[in-house]
Amino acid sequence: MGNFEPKIVAFCCNWCSYAGADLAGTSRIQYSPNIRVIRVMCSGRVNPLFVIKALSIGADGVLVLGCHPGDCHYIEGNYKTMRRIPLLQKMLKQLGIEEERVRLEWVSASEGAKFAEVTNGFTESVRKLGPNSLGHSKQSSKEAKHG
Amino acid sequence: MAKLKIALYWAASCGGCEIATLAIHEKVLKLAEVADIVFWPVGLDFKYADVEKMADKSVDVCLFNGAIRNEENEHMAKLLRAKSKIMIAYGSCAYEGCIPGLSNFYNRQMTMDRAYIETPSTDNPKKILPQTKFKVPEGELELPELYDTVKTLGQTVDVDYIVPGCPPEEKTTWLALEALISGKLPPKGTVISHSIKAVCDECPRKKEEKKIKKFYRAYEMIPEPEKCLLEQGLLCYGIATRGGCGALCPQANMRCTGCYGPVEGVIDQGAHFLSALSSIIDSNEPEEIQKIVDEIPDPAGTFYRYSLPDSLLRRAIIK
Repeated sequence: MGNFEPKIVAFCCNWCSYAGADLAGTSRIQYSPNIRVIRVMCSGRVNPLFVIKALSIGADGVLVLGCHPGDCHYIEGNYKTMRRIPLLQKMLKQLGIEEERVRLEWVSASEGAKFAEVTNGFTESVRKLGPNSLGHSKQSSKEAKHG
Repeated sequence: MAKLKIALYWAASCGGCEIATLAIHEKVLKLAEVADIVFWPVGLDFKYADVEKMADKSVDVCLFNGAIRNEENEHMAKLLRAKSKIMIAYGSCAYEGCIPGLSNFYNRQMTMDRAYIETPSTDNPKKILPQTKFKVPEGELELPELYDTVKTLGQTVDVDYIVPGCPPEEKTTWLALEALISGKLPPKGTVISHSIKAVCDECPRKKEEKKIKKFYRAYEMIPEPEKCLLEQGLLCYGIATRGGCGALCPQANMRCTGCYGPVEGVIDQGAHFLSALSSIIDSNEPEEIQKIVDEIPDPAGTFYRYSLPDSLLRRAIIK
């Protein structure tokens, strides 16, 4: 497993975490190239379905990044995320997927360094877990139909 | 007009859907006027060989209930697909896998061990498991092979229409049969039901803002008769389930368990219920949220009760 490079999907909220990722970039902070950033308007937009889908088509880990509690642009979107992720993790565990493959973190627009720290830390922990055993080629007709 | 030729079949199912087809009561006479049943193992003495002899596409409609979990189910699904012009996944097992689909939390070996060795009422000291072939003096006996993973009908053959429900309600069954009899068929792939909205839309209970501090299991409380069951902390699945049933369960003080499948446009019912349910937890403190979540004993089994084989993951990963 020496050369296993985890594929990581990071859902970043438009107002804080995506700007945080931007700041990490413009500040020339080095961070793990394993992450694929997907910008969403709010971490509350991240339906647990998105996380499951990412895992089912080959992601080894999924990061959900949002504004700090109290800072949500939409007032309470991130609180909804705060409630969803623990239940999602509990359910994934029952389905044989390690709960450590999904992580929720708060990264503000000014926290470029934290963005790098979180993505690096998460990448390393997923690297230790090894590849997600859901077959990468497992594309059901249903998934294909829904893009 | 020539009479419609209808075939009915059951694969991995409990038999409830067979009862549900008969639950159309006196309308069965109307059906008999316009249709002939050419195959129906539970009711009429046709053999598989009779079906094999039929010309391709000679059956107008096949109402297929039950999931696909062994060789025989798969063979009959493919055979009936070839013989039928219209294939209908009738009931939740054929549509989403339903209760037989819960064995996708385990693998074949675990299911066999549980059923034939571990259950307290089983006396099987030699640990004999069913074999696909067995020699007896009269010859060789065969049993179909049990698969590791339960599949839906739609994952096995091309399906034209879906009739949801565990089992489908009388009016839902009749809606489908009426469409077939009149020839006014909806677009291919339609889930035939009176509603494309959620069960809540039909539920007469009073609904206010949903905020939940504690979830209850059915035996832990006697719900108030008029207030929304979800607001009372019961895991009522109505918010993520297609209506058309008339919200019968909530009206009988029983939470909706989700048998009509997802509402229109949703591909993973369990994930959507999880999303909706968890967002109404009444807390902004991670520790308290964790405590409330911990009180839900079996989220995967509750959220995917009817739809694990049809979910994005289809089954649990067994290591």
